Amino acid sequence: MASIWEYANPKKFTRTVDVLLPPVAVLAVLALVTGLVWGFFFTPDDYKQGSTVKIIYLHVPSALLAINAWLMMLVASLIWLIRRHHVSALAARAAAPVGAVMTVIALVTGAIWGQPMWGTWWAWDPRLTSFLILFLFYLGYIALWSAIENDDTAADLTSVLCLVGSVFAILSRYAVNFWNQGLHQGASLSLDKEENVADVFYFPLLVCIGGFVLLFVALVLLRTRTEIRARRTRALLARERMT
Amino acid sequence: MIPDLGKYAGAVLSSYAVSITLIVLLVAVSLWRSRRAAQALREVEERVKRNG
Repeated sequence: MASIWEYANPKKFTRTVDVLLPPVAVLAVLALVTGLVWGFFFTPDDYKQGSTVKIIYLHVPSALLAINAWLMMLVASLIWLIRRHHVSALAARAAAPVGAVMTVIALVTGAIWGQPMWGTWWAWDPRLTSFLILFLFYLGYIALWSAIENDDTAADLTSVLCLVGSVFAILSRYAVNFWNQGLHQGASLSLDKEENVADVFYFPLLVCIGGFVLLFVALVLLRTRTEIRARRTRALLARERMT
Repeated sequence: MIPDLGKYAGAVLSSYAVSITLIVLLVAVSLWRSRRAAQALREVEERVKRNG
């Protein structure tokens, strides 16, 4: 069986992306369209929240991805720090803008949902605040990559920043459990069936989450391939200048 | 065709509009950068090959 480290070879990784990307992208679009159409058009209003419950199909998947994109970046950063595989550092870099956009979607849809339900767009609630800090970490991470010319130094420093930011990614997930205060309710999805949202909302939500995850995978594959090509171009240009 | 969203129509529709716009923009920028990077690499590789 081929070792996973074979994919640390940029050429092998790029060839694999060429094969994987089209089916993953098609599946992502199918799942997203199915989940959102199902959720928007074919689910009833909630007895308490009315039609605002339809925001769940955007808010929960994007919030879930905002946190998990950072955790994916953490794993990729650790691989870079320990094994010095360039592809893993570039994959972390590629995932950051996707995670940042997911965080914005979660924050904006949360504010729009919060206004009619809580009577306010924003509250300094533990989960909301840790999410805002996570977004600032995303911005800092992206800015740091752009600010440093040497790719290896940039990868080192952003990896350390990613380790520090992971505290807020984890806090964003568990803030509701750590501090028993604030406006935000507990998890909408749980292994405990009693805690889950009703089945009529649960199944389209699962399809939406699947769609968002596939979209994330497709975008990270595409963007990592872009980063690999851009890095190769920079290397060839540098070699050209030296001759 | 649009379900009756009642008094929350503005909130629900603006959530969908903002989210879908951001996702479409993210996909469009990613595709545009991908094409540009592929083109730049092709040009440099051809030049390197030509110049030996």
